Amino acid sequence: MGRKLLLENAHIENIRLYDVYRQNGGYAAVEKAFKMAPADIVEEVKKSGLRGRGGAGFPTGMKWSFLAKPEGVPRYLVCNADESEPGTFKDRYLMEFIPHLLIEGLIVSSFALGSNRTYIYIRGEYAWIVDILEQAIAEAKAAGFLGKNILNTGFDCEIYVQRGAGAYICGEETALLESLEGKRGNPRIKPPFPAVKGLYGCPTVVNNVETLAAIVPIMNIGGEEYAKIGVGRSTGTKLISACGNINKPGIYEIDMTISVEEFIYSDEYCGGIPNGKRLKACIPGGSSVPILPANLLLKTAKGEPRMMTYESLADGGFPTGSMMGSGGFIVMDEDQCVVRHTMSLARFYRHESCGQCSPCREGTGWMEKILTNIENGRGKMSDIDLLWDIQSKIEGNTICPLGDAAAWPVAAAIRHFRDEFEWHVTNPDEALQRNFGLAHYADPIEVAATP
Amino acid sequence: MNFSEEKLKKVQEIVARYPEGKQKSALIPVLHIAQEENGGWLSAEAMDYVAGLLQLTPIEVYEVATFYSMYNLKPVGRYLFEVCQTGPCMLNGSDGIIDYIREKLNIKVGETTADGLFTLKTVECLGACGYAPMMQMGKHYKEHLTKEKVDQIIDECRRTAATNN
Repeated sequence: MGRKLLLENAHIENIRLYDVYRQNGGYAAVEKAFKMAPADIVEEVKKSGLRGRGGAGFPTGMKWSFLAKPEGVPRYLVCNADESEPGTFKDRYLMEFIPHLLIEGLIVSSFALGSNRTYIYIRGEYAWIVDILEQAIAEAKAAGFLGKNILNTGFDCEIYVQRGAGAYICGEETALLESLEGKRGNPRIKPPFPAVKGLYGCPTVVNNVETLAAIVPIMNIGGEEYAKIGVGRSTGTKLISACGNINKPGIYEIDMTISVEEFIYSDEYCGGIPNGKRLKACIPGGSSVPILPANLLLKTAKGEPRMMTYESLADGGFPTGSMMGSGGFIVMDEDQCVVRHTMSLARFYRHESCGQCSPCREGTGWMEKILTNIENGRGKMSDIDLLWDIQSKIEGNTICPLGDAAAWPVAAAIRHFRDEFEWHVTNPDEALQRNFGLAHYADPIEVAATP
Repeated sequence: MNFSEEKLKKVQEIVARYPEGKQKSALIPVLHIAQEENGGWLSAEAMDYVAGLLQLTPIEVYEVATFYSMYNLKPVGRYLFEVCQTGPCMLNGSDGIIDYIREKLNIKVGETTADGLFTLKTVECLGACGYAPMMQMGKHYKEHLTKEKVDQIIDECRRTAATNN
């Protein structure tokens, strides 16, 4: 069993309630932190090596240390709870079942950063979770951990929940801030970064739910101790939301020392593939990261076992590797069609493009059309090269990373499954009948034995 | 449209969450309230009313209302089925669920049944990938959908509608 820091108490009945959470050691991190100088808390987070859990993996302590502190200007902490990356549903679990862990992390972080008004921006569809969070906030306030002069330190803090209204793009931090200001979620040009000019033009830190929850164990056990868990620069624990064709979909906390093979096949985690099917492919870090065929998923190009760490998942770069991303782990069995799945993702990104930059606005729609044609037996061989060309012209040419996020899945699908695209073109009737002949296709892929 | 005293109080409470003069931040939450009060969709009149409440120009409200997918700009049925069709749900059979609802209710995606009870929409990833296939119905998620479960949900909606009419 790996070490659990976030979900350690998740199984306790009524842990959602303040009293139960408190009886199980809750809010000790606040009590500890409020005896420290804010700058020392930032140092502790730096020592922990914690990296942003939203997808980019940027070191949290460093992000915090960039926060500008001009005299007389308010600073803001904003929690990004706009979890929308396909395959990702971990923040929802934390907020729904252990809301106080997030609230506690937010109070410590608000104190460290000097935010007196802290916002949780949550995706609009998680409507019922708003009530859960607001109840947790009210309980924390009644217990004296929020409001005026918290624990007689002179520090005031309020946490407010802001509900979005359906827009993947608002998970991008500057789009989130625009949305929080009551506007369309159009990402801003950076620089200036939010650390200098964020919410209402003031210095702002935006962190993911899981990142802020991880501040609690970092406070409790200390940054150095936290950094000892995991491997190399992948410190601490990471929540993985596993879905697709696996026996046990759900949320797993891993201590970044296990292999991908163990994660998929062990009963402690995904429990293998249902109905005796073979593993075909996997998107290991949310829909934006490159898809990997089974052979490259389980072993790196060097032939080493691939591990569930930031570094190992990215080993080989895009030609043979992928990314940890948000931890949205999507598994596909031998019956799944990569063209169809890629088409579905292209439709997603077309739907979610804010429309500000033409490469993304036009390119995502164009890719969706071509993929729909290929999928439905109306494709041409030249379409595959055209798709490659379009994705390469979106990547790197947009204000925000949504363009890259739309381009990468298409690029990786062509890179690793080009013969499947070609099969759709040469077998239009079968493609149209949605008979993909994939059992045949899956044969050449090396399949690892179940450990 | 006119909000009740209770809703107006709620609006004040929301506006107080932001610094002085930043009441535009309340727009998205207040539009949610307006949509609820207006039978599940935002008419031009409802949007203009919100503009007046928050001292915004109507265009500031329209541009936001047209950006976010949860605001319905056309009337919807009493029960709105928003079925996820993105990759992970697709791997677990969302296509079949969408087809089944279409046939059962005899409507296309985006349409409302003649009795005004049901609207079917497809939506993109709602963050329930491990519990796929799924749909949103009002404030809550219906997960692990099967044809039988869809039947039950539709029956239950019909029963509730018949008793509450």
